[in-house]
Amino acid sequence: MKKVECILRPGKLEEVKDALSQFGVKGMTVYQVMGCGLQGGRKEVYRGTELTINLLPKIKIEIVVADKDADEIVKIITKTANTGQIGDGKIFISPVENVVRIRTGEMDESAI
Amino acid sequence: MKISKVKVGLILWMLLVLLSIPGIALAEDPVTDTGDTTFIIISAAMVMLMTPGLALFYGGMVRKKNVLSTIMMSFITICIVSVQWVLFGYSLAFGPDINSLVGNLSWLGLSGVGQGPSDAYATTIPHYVFMAFQLMFAIITAAIISGSIAERMRFPAFILFIVLWTTFVYDPLAHWVWGWDANGATGWLGKLGALDFAGGTVVHISSGVSGLVAALVLGRRKGYGTEPMAPHQLPFTVIGAALLWFGWFGFNAGSAVAANGLAASAFVVTNTAAAAAALSWVFAEWLHHGKPTMLGAASGCIAGLVGITPAAGFVTPLSAIVIGLVAGIVCYLAVSVIKKRFGYDDSLDAFGVHGIGGMWGAIATGIFCTKTVNSAGADGLLYGNPGQVVNQLIGVGATVAFAATLTFVILKVVGAVCKLRATEEEEEVGLDLTIHGEDAYPDIVGGSILGGKYSTTPDLAMYSTTLKTN
Repeated sequence: MKKVECILRPGKLEEVKDALSQFGVKGMTVYQVMGCGLQGGRKEVYRGTELTINLLPKIKIEIVVADKDADEIVKIITKTANTGQIGDGKIFISPVENVVRIRTGEMDESAI
Repeated sequence: MKISKVKVGLILWMLLVLLSIPGIALAEDPVTDTGDTTFIIISAAMVMLMTPGLALFYGGMVRKKNVLSTIMMSFITICIVSVQWVLFGYSLAFGPDINSLVGNLSWLGLSGVGQGPSDAYATTIPHYVFMAFQLMFAIITAAIISGSIAERMRFPAFILFIVLWTTFVYDPLAHWVWGWDANGATGWLGKLGALDFAGGTVVHISSGVSGLVAALVLGRRKGYGTEPMAPHQLPFTVIGAALLWFGWFGFNAGSAVAANGLAASAFVVTNTAAAAAALSWVFAEWLHHGKPTMLGAASGCIAGLVGITPAAGFVTPLSAIVIGLVAGIVCYLAVSVIKKRFGYDDSLDAFGVHGIGGMWGAIATGIFCTKTVNSAGADGLLYGNPGQVVNQLIGVGATVAFAATLTFVILKVVGAVCKLRATEEEEEVGLDLTIHGEDAYPDIVGGSILGGKYSTTPDLAMYSTTLKTN
């Protein structure tokens, strides 16, 4: 199994979620996160004082998938979340040792 | 017919005789004007609402870890000054004069102040109403100072400071400008002819300057200038500004202490100046930093309201536009350029908006005032009397010197009794948790505070019984 963590533009969450569920990904965990990268920051002004905000809001989706599906899922995310502009985000893929469904005790791929 | 006319005449004549005996007339039926009384009671209530408005205005501008502490400072000031005023504050400020400097203590505990009108102040309304109206001014003045020391002053020190400040700074100052007896002004600034319709010097310059001194004595907040300290909840600030704007109609129009044309005039110029200043602040910031900000609009209207306060009963609506436009720009420059250049940490700009705006308003009153608006006022620079500007400047200078000196002394006294400033750790965690033991925005899961449980079991007995019976 693989864990796929992707950092997205907040505006892309719905599209990516729909594309994943169409493919058959049933479960996911979504986080609101802050991050910085190539995109740089933004400027805010309060009573004539400028603040440079370095960390920007992003969405992080975490899913665990079967090995055979991983490549296809990464392709779907890459295609859906792409705008071509700096700040589209990143995908991290890592191996997962085991998964347990708490309700039934099922393990491995039948638990995801 | 003839007989009844005679009877009516007789009764009227007897009534007149009765009314002409002042003792009986006052005791039985105080001569008050119901229209004036209604208007000033409502104005007093509106000015009271300004302080919770100020609490929100300030509360939105601090970081979320200090929002309750900031709101609490304004709220507790309502409570402290309300009691102080009844006990001795009103007597010190408005009581019979001592050397044109302060009122004496003959109205201690409001003795002699009652349901009938005073012979000196607002003679058409109950003395109680005038006293309550003035109380609301004393409250908001002290509360304004909290904007300069927000996020770092300890609560016990703040309480002590407010008691002393309102007694030794506000009460005498109010007397200097508004002290009055049956024959006219008794305070030295009032006698001099310095005009202050609704409190530009007494309320705004005094609180703004005292705030600056307090900010300097306490020092900057930890991380000031390096850590970003952005407002955490601007909609609060906007609601607060709106409440202040609304209450200010009571503040300025009510300062006519009668429901009359002068009150109407004050109402119109108040609204006009607030609007003009909000526009000029927004456009100044837009030109300077490229964005028209909501915080700028909210701050700008307050700057305009401060600017028009001393002038409200003496200037025309067109003058109010100029006063407002200048107030917005001057205050914007004060908080964005001057504050940065000097590096003091006036957290929420009590000095930049109330101090600087108040000084501009006092001077503007000397420039724009005209007897065509208020025959009891004076003509200003633009109406051929440059001397009025000098009177106004004396008022500003005296207020600045007096408020600054006494605030410094009071803070030294308070500092000798208790700790003025929160520790570094308290500042880091936030004053809400460390001083008040409360969290404005707890993380809640399933209706309970995340990771929370009662620390003492006996308190829980009641709840567990309820649970068992269920």
